[in-house]
Amino acid sequence: MPFAPKTNSFVPSSQLMGSVFVFRISIVFCAFLFLYGSVLASERPKEPEAGQIEAEEFDAIGTILHHVLDNHDWHLFDKKGADGQIHPVSIPLPIILLSEGQLDVFMSNAFEHGHAFQRGSRSYQMDEHGHITDTNGHSVLDFSITKNVASMLLAVVLLLIIFTRGAKSYDASNGRPHGIAKVVEPLVLFVRDDIAIPNIGHQYKKYMPYLLTAFFFIWINNLLGLIPTGANFTGNISVTATLAFFTLLITNFSGTKTYWGHVFTPHVPLWLYPIMIPVEMVGVVAKPIALMIRLFANITAGHIIILSLISLIFVFKSLAMAPVSLGFVLFISCIELLVAALQAYVFTLLSALFIGLALEQPETNAHH
Amino acid sequence: MTTLPGIAAIGAGLAVLGAGIGIGRIGASALEAIARQPEAAGKIQTVMIIAAALVEGAALFAVVVSLLVAG
Repeated sequence: MPFAPKTNSFVPSSQLMGSVFVFRISIVFCAFLFLYGSVLASERPKEPEAGQIEAEEFDAIGTILHHVLDNHDWHLFDKKGADGQIHPVSIPLPIILLSEGQLDVFMSNAFEHGHAFQRGSRSYQMDEHGHITDTNGHSVLDFSITKNVASMLLAVVLLLIIFTRGAKSYDASNGRPHGIAKVVEPLVLFVRDDIAIPNIGHQYKKYMPYLLTAFFFIWINNLLGLIPTGANFTGNISVTATLAFFTLLITNFSGTKTYWGHVFTPHVPLWLYPIMIPVEMVGVVAKPIALMIRLFANITAGHIIILSLISLIFVFKSLAMAPVSLGFVLFISCIELLVAALQAYVFTLLSALFIGLALEQPETNAHH
Repeated sequence: MTTLPGIAAIGAGLAVLGAGIGIGRIGASALEAIARQPEAAGKIQTVMIIAAALVEGAALFAVVVSLLVAG
């Protein structure tokens, strides 16, 4: 045959093949997780409190609160022992206490089964809410590495690894990103171009470290909380209060004369000053408080919803509930992934907005 | 009062009602705006997300108050 025309066969590009492959693998993975989760949930139709007899009713609120609040040990799951009792399986964490000028450090499994811990003249006990008190009534300062602190340290380690490796990869290849930097660079540019520059203006460089830290720290901690057995770190009001406090400090230490002028001498008739000045002063504090409550409530509510949907299986005590419940949980988890990123974005955006407002320059035209 | 957690639950439900209406209206106006001017879709989407997060923050204030009352 002198000439055979090339058949018009569809040869997909390697990129398209890659994405089809990823899509198919994701479908298989999701199906596997779904089935595995159903099987896992069906193995334990009841989940009573540790050490109690199986016939007791499932305490949904107690279980949910236990997962949402902080603990001195990292509880993973419960196991039914040879004696038929339910034993919790958890990772003990260091307890650090300061009492009467003495620093005591020990592991949290010292408090197992309600025992008290003694060292020297000090004897500590932990009540069912996890508060540690001295049996002699002395004041105790609790600096323990709790579940939230351990989760935060894990997030810190992850962030350090990701960003130092990312930054180093630029040196080796003449200013081009390699590896993890390829993922991180668009995000950093997003924070710079869509959050920092539009809101802060030409002085944005000074505030980029804080905005980048806030964005990635909140995002990674939100994601770690969504992993099963993860800690509800950003759903802790003290954590979000600290983050909002940083925004408060940075905003008000950057305040120009114009900014404070608008707070204490707003452009309103003089007789409105007794109303406007308290309102403006409350506004200075209320904006970071709103940041705090927004992040806390969004993340905690998300965790409570997921836990409630899983608890449905145990409340109904039926195997048939498991696929339904896990379908809901899968759907809500996807929304929570979006919320994790969105809340980090909103926190960073509003912080940048407040900083930008504080950097207000005097108006060039005198209009009053 | 023993029915306080029940009333707190009703309060939380009303708060979610407000959030639903608010975010629904934001979404509707965003859709309308994008339909009018498709090339501005990126900017409109950004503003929509910000406004939705703020409205949701306000609703979650009420949820937090309900939790405080009920817990």
